[in-house]
Amino acid sequence: MDINKTLRHGLAKPVLHLLALLPAFWLGWLVLSNDLGANPIERVNRFTGDWALYMLLIALAVTPAKLLSGWKSLPRFRRMLGLYSFFYASLHLTSYLVLDHQLHWGRIIEDITKRPYIMVGLACVIILTMLAVTSPKAAIRKLGAKAWQKLHKLVYAAGCLGVIHYYLLVKADIRQPLLMAGILLLLFGIRFWHHRRAASSPPKKTSVDRPGHAV
Amino acid sequence: MLLKEKKTWALPYSAVTPKADYLNRRDILKAMGMAAAAGTGLAMGFRPSGARAAGKALEYRKTGYSVDEPLTDRELATQYNNFYEFTTSKEAVVAEARDFNTSPWTVKVSGLADKTGTYDLADLIDYNALEERIYRFRCVETWSMIVPWIGVPLADVVKKLGPQPGAKYVRFQTLVDEEQMPGLNRINIPWPYQEGLRMDEAMNALPLLTVGMYGEILPNQNGAPIRLIVPWKYGFKSIKSIVGLHFTDQEPKTTWNILAPNEYGFYANVNPDVSHPRWSQSSERRLGAGLFDGREDTLFMNGYADEVVSLYDGMDLKKHY
Ligand code: HEM
Repeated sequence: MDINKTLRHGLAKPVLHLLALLPAFWLGWLVLSNDLGANPIERVNRFTGDWALYMLLIALAVTPAKLLSGWKSLPRFRRMLGLYSFFYASLHLTSYLVLDHQLHWGRIIEDITKRPYIMVGLACVIILTMLAVTSPKAAIRKLGAKAWQKLHKLVYAAGCLGVIHYYLLVKADIRQPLLMAGILLLLFGIRFWHHRRAASSPPKKTSVDRPGHAV
Repeated sequence: MLLKEKKTWALPYSAVTPKADYLNRRDILKAMGMAAAAGTGLAMGFRPSGARAAGKALEYRKTGYSVDEPLTDRELATQYNNFYEFTTSKEAVVAEARDFNTSPWTVKVSGLADKTGTYDLADLIDYNALEERIYRFRCVETWSMIVPWIGVPLADVVKKLGPQPGAKYVRFQTLVDEEQMPGLNRINIPWPYQEGLRMDEAMNALPLLTVGMYGEILPNQNGAPIRLIVPWKYGFKSIKSIVGLHFTDQEPKTTWNILAPNEYGFYANVNPDVSHPRWSQSSERRLGAGLFDGREDTLFMNGYADEVVSLYDGMDLKKHY
């Protein structure tokens, strides 16, 4: 079976959409069945924050996975995964603003100006928003491929900011944010290692990220 | 396991205290009955292990200590809390602590007091004097609950132990038992967990040495078999599963203060005007509030200012957080 052919199958994207939406459905189910535990707001905050970060890491894993596996069609899913990170981050922010702080702007502004982890989270959301807004093909044409690619390099910064946000907010148990940081480093490492190898070996078909498929 | 239990048991209160000080008639009768029932081999004060099983009903009297708000559901208060010796997940403590064996249990009293020694729980706590107090409980993580605790005033126990004039503080320590507490090795904390109070705080009427909640013996996950409740301070001061009480002239090191001195002070009084460096303490989420109920304002000294604010006369509470 040709993996690349499967990856390009007409059903591949719908299936992935469904998978990426499963956490959202699950959360919806927990809300409707009133099964969010003792501290529902915290639960929703955490659930959506976790999935924003997971999706971001998964999106960032696409290229390394392609480099390691040679499945050339993998990148066609990258933009979509990045957009799902934006989707869960939006839910996360909404949960924070509406559920946790009930749009109590005094508290919110105090939080944003005083708490580094909120600032870092906000910076991450701003980047994800810029990338989401410029994700349609039309935006590439408008910006020019070069500028667009440069802009979308910010996804790496977003990954770092997301992990730092997490690291800054935990009380003492830093295992989970460290795990996320480890995964992020590993993904960067694979890219770096591959670029070095590509640079030192005779040029064949390089695997530059194609615009339109980056996040 | 059995050997270990016997070892802690090998130093009963009777070994260090004149009998008359602690044996009232009731105890003598009980001890006689016990010895008769247990037979010679287990004479050393052995009590049936089920005697203090979590969940068993307690006898206690009601008091005027109450709160004008509904109690938090027992389900919530007993299935969501921190107990890092078991796990750092608040939802998972109940499962991880299910098999925690708290019987027999001894508490070692040491330092600047007349009646130091190792006490069986029933010798430290007068189970005939249990009272129920409904207190607000405010976690430093900004969740809160309202719980009917059952216990005896800490002040009564401290008085009984005869602290010497030099004793300025009392330090408490939690059990460390690697066989029973799977969380100990998962996180880098200098165990045992320890907490402390200034002597005048300990002698205040509010702190409760707690052995029960919601009419029953403390569930394992909530700090069985004996914990402290200090309602005007953040929850981490209310140390769980206590095995040590130490009277000292030095301010004791406290665990969260060791871990992050800029975030958690020795005093840790609930104060909406002094925020944690990373989050505001001006509001809280009540356990059991719905998804759309938002937060409540946090009260100065968690609503107990009348009873305790004089303890801090002349102190800068922003500095002594
Ligand atoms: C303005 C933007 C943001 C705000 C105000 C914000 C706020 C918060 C808050 C208040 C929490 C703590 C929840 C709690 O423990 O009660 C949290 C947790 C978290 N946030 Fe954010 N966040 C923002 C953006 C982001 C972004 C962009 C990501 C990921 C890409 C993210 C990922 C996380 C994660 C992973 C957690 C930890 C969840 C857990 O404990 O399991 N956040 N955020």
